[in-house]
Amino acid sequence: MTRSFGKTFLRTLVGRAYPRLIGLWREKSWIIFDVFFPLLQVSAYVYIYRAVGAPPEFAGFAVLGGAMIAYWMNVLWSMASQLYWEKETGNLQLYLIAPTSRMAILLGMALGGLTATTVRAAGVLLVGTLLFHVPLQVTDGALFFGVFVLTMVALYGLGMLLSSVFLLWGREAWHLSNLFQEPVFLFSGFYFPVRALGFWVAAFASLIPITLGLDAMRQLLYPRLMEKFRFLPVEAELAILAGLSILFLFLARLGLRFFEDLARKEGRLTLRGQ
Amino acid sequence: MKRLREAWQGFKVGTWLGWQIESNWTEPFLFAIYSVIKPVAGVLILVFMYLVVAKGGLANPLFPGVFLGTTFYLYVVNVLSGISWSVHDDREHYGMLKYAYMAPMHFYGYLLGRGAAKTLIATVSVLITLAFGMGILGVPLRLHNPGLFLLAFVLGLLALSFYGILLAGISLLIARHGWVLGDVVAGALYLLCGVAYPLSLLPLPLRALGYVFPPTYWFEALRLSLLGQGLHPEFSRLSSTDLLWILGGSTALGIGLSLLVFKVSERLALRRGLLDMQTMY
Repeated sequence: MTRSFGKTFLRTLVGRAYPRLIGLWREKSWIIFDVFFPLLQVSAYVYIYRAVGAPPEFAGFAVLGGAMIAYWMNVLWSMASQLYWEKETGNLQLYLIAPTSRMAILLGMALGGLTATTVRAAGVLLVGTLLFHVPLQVTDGALFFGVFVLTMVALYGLGMLLSSVFLLWGREAWHLSNLFQEPVFLFSGFYFPVRALGFWVAAFASLIPITLGLDAMRQLLYPRLMEKFRFLPVEAELAILAGLSILFLFLARLGLRFFEDLARKEGRLTLRGQ
Repeated sequence: MKRLREAWQGFKVGTWLGWQIESNWTEPFLFAIYSVIKPVAGVLILVFMYLVVAKGGLANPLFPGVFLGTTFYLYVVNVLSGISWSVHDDREHYGMLKYAYMAPMHFYGYLLGRGAAKTLIATVSVLITLAFGMGILGVPLRLHNPGLFLLAFVLGLLALSFYGILLAGISLLIARHGWVLGDVVAGALYLLCGVAYPLSLLPLPLRALGYVFPPTYWFEALRLSLLGQGLHPEFSRLSSTDLLWILGGSTALGIGLSLLVFKVSERLALRRGLLDMQTMY
């Protein structure tokens, strides 16, 4: 029974990740759009910094922020809103009657999305760095990798949690995802050090894992400059990210069950065009 | 006369439908908050970038022009994306583009109406952001030249609407990239039109592109009329009338181009049976 469950879980996970990976290579023009579009915004922010005579490291802030935005957008539009899209296209009921774990579906979505987004983010980082001669030198590679991995686990855990919450909603899901763009770019400090917002605002914004991830990565890339701007020591941010990872994955599991039951009772699972 | 009546009918219906789609997903109060938070957050990103690094922070001489450009840029995003998105939305999500096209109204007017609904929402956001800028950030805004403001404002909106129509025409022909088209063009205009920095910072080829697009002159005219000074030193020799002529001329060219592109796209879409295409994107 357990072995069969494990096998089904794994097959579901791979099955749900597959279209995201294969989609990346099948429609190659997406890569151009996904790299080119964020670069427009990143370039504009680099020029804003240049206009006020900021040190070149600030261009690095903008480029790194622009690359990390790809992950946040993926979490918003391809994790949180995904079950809404599936509802709209009539796939959701197929997911629900499939004899498999919903967590496996969400994990597959997350893994596929994460891999595909990494290609885009790497593109933004590479082109942005070359285009604007951004100084990028990691002071501790292992720590940097650890911060990145934990940020992603926590972030996609949050995406899985939001995905279950969004199960209830119709067009609200679309608009809320829309709403979570600029305000989150602001509060998570995508384009400037989050410390500038003040300690308590930054602490609140740390509920979104990218806030801490970005701050830690900037500290590891620009240690001297970040002495003035760091929010918390890297080790503390790493520990909080680990805690958030466990918390969000646990809440996603609870939330999925709770909101699915609620959506069934309220008859919202098959409502389209709400 | 009949065509005008049909265009007006289409415009009215498009505006009403656009407003319903944009606003009736939630309570009016929540919708109002939603409409305010996004633009103010966008401006606050710039505010904090200036506070962190600019000499003098918000007292930096560039800031008022940057603030004004960013605020009025809300129209660019809303109008451009709004009109082109409505083709994608109607066709792919609601499956009703073909019905709107068949209805006894002018399709062009209908699309402009969909843009008008977004313009209305953008206007509320712009007014609140301007009030925020004046009240909280201390941006010295006042009407230095009401005539210039009014003419430039109307011409700019007209240019943006017809750019939106042009993108809507292209959206009729494409499926997978239709939903990002408006955002990509709006993003490019943010970069090229000197919304948030002097154009002289851009490399020459990009700067040259910036000089071609009407929004560059639109933002500069709005800065002149509301701040009494522009952001781009190279325009300092141009009078208000010069700016209006350039804006008017480039807008007229834009309208002509958009009519042409839309007509060609419409014909192609009809011939290829694309009006009821549903690709699940």
